[in-house]
Amino acid sequence: MTDAHVTPEALSAYVAGSPDLAADVEWAVEAHLEACADCRARLGEAVHTSAPEVSAALDVVWLRIAEAAPAAPAPARAAWRSRRAWAPPALGPWIGAGLVVAALAFLVDLGTTTPGVPSLILLVAPVAPLFGVAAAWARRFDPMHELTAATPGAGLPLVLRRTAAVLAVVIPALALAGWATGLSPALWLLPCLAFTTGTLALGTLIGVGRAATALGLAWTGFVITPALATRALTPLLGPDWLPAWAAAAVVAVAVVALRARAFANLASRS
Amino acid sequence: MARAVDPAELAPTQHAWEVDAGAVRVRAGRRMAVDGLDLRLGTGVHGLLGPNGAGKTTLIRALATVLRPAGGTLELLGVDVGGRPDLRALRRRIGYLPQDFGFYKRFTVREFVEHMAWLKEVDRRRVPGAVQEALERVGLADRAGDTMRTLSGGMLRRAGIAQALVNDPDLLLLDEPTVGLDPAQRLDFRKLLRDIGDQSCVVVSTHLIEDVAAACNRVVLMHTGKAVFQGAPQDLVDAGADSDLGDTPIERGYSALLAQHREGARR
Repeated sequence: MTDAHVTPEALSAYVAGSPDLAADVEWAVEAHLEACADCRARLGEAVHTSAPEVSAALDVVWLRIAEAAPAAPAPARAAWRSRRAWAPPALGPWIGAGLVVAALAFLVDLGTTTPGVPSLILLVAPVAPLFGVAAAWARRFDPMHELTAATPGAGLPLVLRRTAAVLAVVIPALALAGWATGLSPALWLLPCLAFTTGTLALGTLIGVGRAATALGLAWTGFVITPALATRALTPLLGPDWLPAWAAAAVVAVAVVALRARAFANLASRS
Repeated sequence: MARAVDPAELAPTQHAWEVDAGAVRVRAGRRMAVDGLDLRLGTGVHGLLGPNGAGKTTLIRALATVLRPAGGTLELLGVDVGGRPDLRALRRRIGYLPQDFGFYKRFTVREFVEHMAWLKEVDRRRVPGAVQEALERVGLADRAGDTMRTLSGGMLRRAGIAQALVNDPDLLLLDEPTVGLDPAQRLDFRKLLRDIGDQSCVVVSTHLIEDVAAACNRVVLMHTGKAVFQGAPQDLVDAGADSDLGDTPIERGYSALLAQHREGARR
């Protein structure tokens, strides 16, 4: 397309619908008008001055459009906020549940002064994010699951976003509590990440909600309860086991990456 | 440039039927709720009729790519869902209203539909316009700023229909869409169905037979997981005799066909 605008002669011939305007020129004029706001403005003026009956008919059309238009026009921008893409409202209470558990453990830790009693915050750190992770992708915990599961947005990216939102709240809280009780960050962070990724990995097989419940109950039954009963911290949470926790997290991430389709797939049962 | 035509608008259809099911079986819990159903649906409004427990909801959920068929073949918009389909591309073209749909109570109606538009990967620049159009089509534009919790049952239903429409689907699946709508709204809704059915394949499950008579081009009658009748609403009317149960001709046809099928199954 050239930069040349429509000549005044061509424009007035176009407005008059004159047969002098050759068909190819008329096409060129119309194509140019679609792209050029200045020439459209000139066209509007030309119509107004040289063809008042057209102008009047146009006014009637505008009037009818105004009558039919809804009282509340659509906003120019979406009202929906992008943070909903990270954490839907259903996630909130479940993240809160994890925070409450961590806070209770922290208070108990502050209250105990006898040496040798295992740190509760260390014991609950692996399971604190599981409440939120369970709600990230489970029919039981998300009222909109049925609607969401049938959309193209369903899949691993959505689950990861929500899991990240859970961790973004739970990890700083645990970090604060761990710092206040003088724990080494690696001691609670690695088990916490291993359990989160492990839940997602197991979730590709049995569903995230069930995976979180199973892992949370197993940890409570086999580690937290014996530790409280014997008043001795399990060696699993000692520095010697850190490489194993890291390895578990890596394996879980690999499983999630390999089985990513499971989050978008059709359910074989309801 | 002057004008851009989306290549997708000009792409020829590669499939004969929007929904093509061959002896499809779908499990609901332990029960085989859809058991050997053959179905071919093209463009138009298709009414899915049948008594409670006939497998209508399970069939709709399988068509919405929520449930995986346990057997048989199921092709949606030319995509075989039994293989390893590109579900994302397929789901962009489907609209789905579940029988009971959950929602976030604090969302406004507009936020709810926008949230669904985002999940359906509607072009971000088109979202405000598409949402407004969907809300106007169901007559909820004046309530767009209200929160979902303040809506009545009929309005919730219409919000659900709006989210199903927001991505301009080629395959629209509505499970009991007229529940809770008052008579005037149901008339509007039938007109909306006919409009959409001009270009898309619409599947409406209902047990309100008069909706089918008024809005559908085709009727599929389901019983115990199978399609026992397919035809035009008039064929359903013709199947009934004055001696059959029902107050209107189409109701008599419905009960006549169901009775025939029950007898056939007993023999």
